[in-house]
Amino acid sequence: MTTFDLNGRTVSAHSPDDTPLLWVIRDELGLTGTKFGCGIGFCGACTVHVEGRATRSCITPIVAVAGAKVTTIEGLDPQGKHPLQTAWLQLQVPQCGYCQPGQIMQAATLLKDFPNPSDRDIDAVMAGSVCRCMTYVRIRKAIKLAAAQMRGGAHE
Amino acid sequence: MKSSSERTSGTKKSPKTRRVLIGVLLAVFFAGLGFFALAWRPSIAPITRPDPGSFPADLVAKGEALSAAGHCAACHTQPGGQPFGGGYALHTPFGIIYGDNISPDPQTGTGAWSLEAFTRAMREGVARDGSHLSPAFPYYAFTKLSDDDINALYAYLMTRPPVSSTTPANTIPWPLKIRPLYEGWKILFFRTGRFQPVSSKSAEWNRGAYLANALSDCAGCHTPRNVLGAEESRHAYAGSLVEGWIAPALTDTNPSPIPWTQEELFTYLRKGVTPLHGATGSTMALVIRGALALPVVPDSDIRAIALYFSEMDHASARADDLDAKTQEALASSYLGSGQANDPDADIYASACISCHYNRAPTPLAARPELALNSSLALDEPTNFIQVVLDGVSTTETDNNTEGVAGLVMPAYGSSLTDAEIARLAAYLRRTRTKLPPWNDLEKKVAAVRRAGPAYH
Repeated sequence: MTTFDLNGRTVSAHSPDDTPLLWVIRDELGLTGTKFGCGIGFCGACTVHVEGRATRSCITPIVAVAGAKVTTIEGLDPQGKHPLQTAWLQLQVPQCGYCQPGQIMQAATLLKDFPNPSDRDIDAVMAGSVCRCMTYVRIRKAIKLAAAQMRGGAHE
Repeated sequence: MKSSSERTSGTKKSPKTRRVLIGVLLAVFFAGLGFFALAWRPSIAPITRPDPGSFPADLVAKGEALSAAGHCAACHTQPGGQPFGGGYALHTPFGIIYGDNISPDPQTGTGAWSLEAFTRAMREGVARDGSHLSPAFPYYAFTKLSDDDINALYAYLMTRPPVSSTTPANTIPWPLKIRPLYEGWKILFFRTGRFQPVSSKSAEWNRGAYLANALSDCAGCHTPRNVLGAEESRHAYAGSLVEGWIAPALTDTNPSPIPWTQEELFTYLRKGVTPLHGATGSTMALVIRGALALPVVPDSDIRAIALYFSEMDHASARADDLDAKTQEALASSYLGSGQANDPDADIYASACISCHYNRAPTPLAARPELALNSSLALDEPTNFIQVVLDGVSTTETDNNTEGVAGLVMPAYGSSLTDAEIARLAAYLRRTRTKLPPWNDLEKKVAAVRRAGPAYH
């Protein structure tokens, strides 16, 4: 059994130690905002935060996060109003939407490390988050909009 | 054609040959007898476990700090087990050696050991019952400890909670497991004696030398060993392979792009991570997070160890262009993202850059900068392969102490083939260092993978 903190709540997973964190979050704990994409850590759809940092949950064994704080898209902001989420809505970023939770979780870590990201910073950090609808241009705009809002306000 | 009598006489030994043979056998027998007499050590009488209250509190506190700096718990506690209860499996080229229970349990630990027995074990590698201890237990280093420090360690260990736990049997094969034979090893490789300070060096340097060589046994992992498992003193701190990982050289042959100055090494030994070098992994993680990083070890001792090694690798002579080296490394951090026409970059772009990218001028500790990391700069790709295969876990698990605290790196062992990891390694070696390419990468990935989870 592995115990960890999921979106501020202590949870226990009974799956075997090497079960991917993604499977536990979706199938055992029932939070389906985080998506399964490639299953090999190459597309970014499964991105969650471990201790506040973007992590590919599909190839992270559950035992590796024992005792850690895990945050999914459902827990990024209590009202779903993280500046990235509002920017995403404002600019109507998603098309099919499947990759977007992972995109937003990855972008949140980007803004934590680089509060005023250049195109180059966005290219590099977002390179592993694939969108088959090609919403990249809007993703970049939304990241910059959220960054500007966050620099103006007190939101993390 | 020869007669039958002629044929048998050809194989029959002459009386003279027979006498020589008997003489040789007798000589071997008596030499063996002599050897075992030489190897014999008396048992030291068991004692009733001393009352923990009988040890002065300041002595116990001093022992606690020494025990942490000597990372005793690393080998004498099994993952998830009670402190000092033994059972940690040390993988050596000769087989698995399990750390003994050194908690004061009278039956399964060292509760019946007097100070005299403890001192003999530390300085001569002989257990209370007179049996020789394996040199996996670094008595060849501890022999240099002062009386005061051995007393303090004894006081600390004897005041721990006793743990009733029988240590599993080692898997060392016959005849190497015959304990009296360790006497032969001692004759060849072991000299008893206290630490000798170097008068031309500062007190801080001498403190560092004492801690590194007598207590922490840094050489235990960082000095190569000969075929009999003894440290090759001619190649002191030249680096070695330990439990499937490379313990890098601590001399000026250390390949880290940024030299290990006293300040860098101090930060690394205190926290397990520096932005200019990266994070600790494997057994060094146990040494740092489970020991040297504990608050009970004073900063001054860590600084002293750092000074000792920064002088050994002549870091200050190479430290004048640190910023230029850092900027050179960061200039490569963007490679692999975007539309760069490099087919080898695809794995890196998909799987690695989102966490490892850094922006000039300052690398972040939470984004280990690969161009500054020794795993890409070592002569062999072993450590790089280990990390890619198994990733790095975070808190509270058996491997909890690796990497940047709280940071997880996923395990790519099941997503990437040997050929893909080889291609990734070759790409990073080519674009993040100026060093010659690694050879036979795919075979090396397969070998590390085959060595199994015990090693990675």
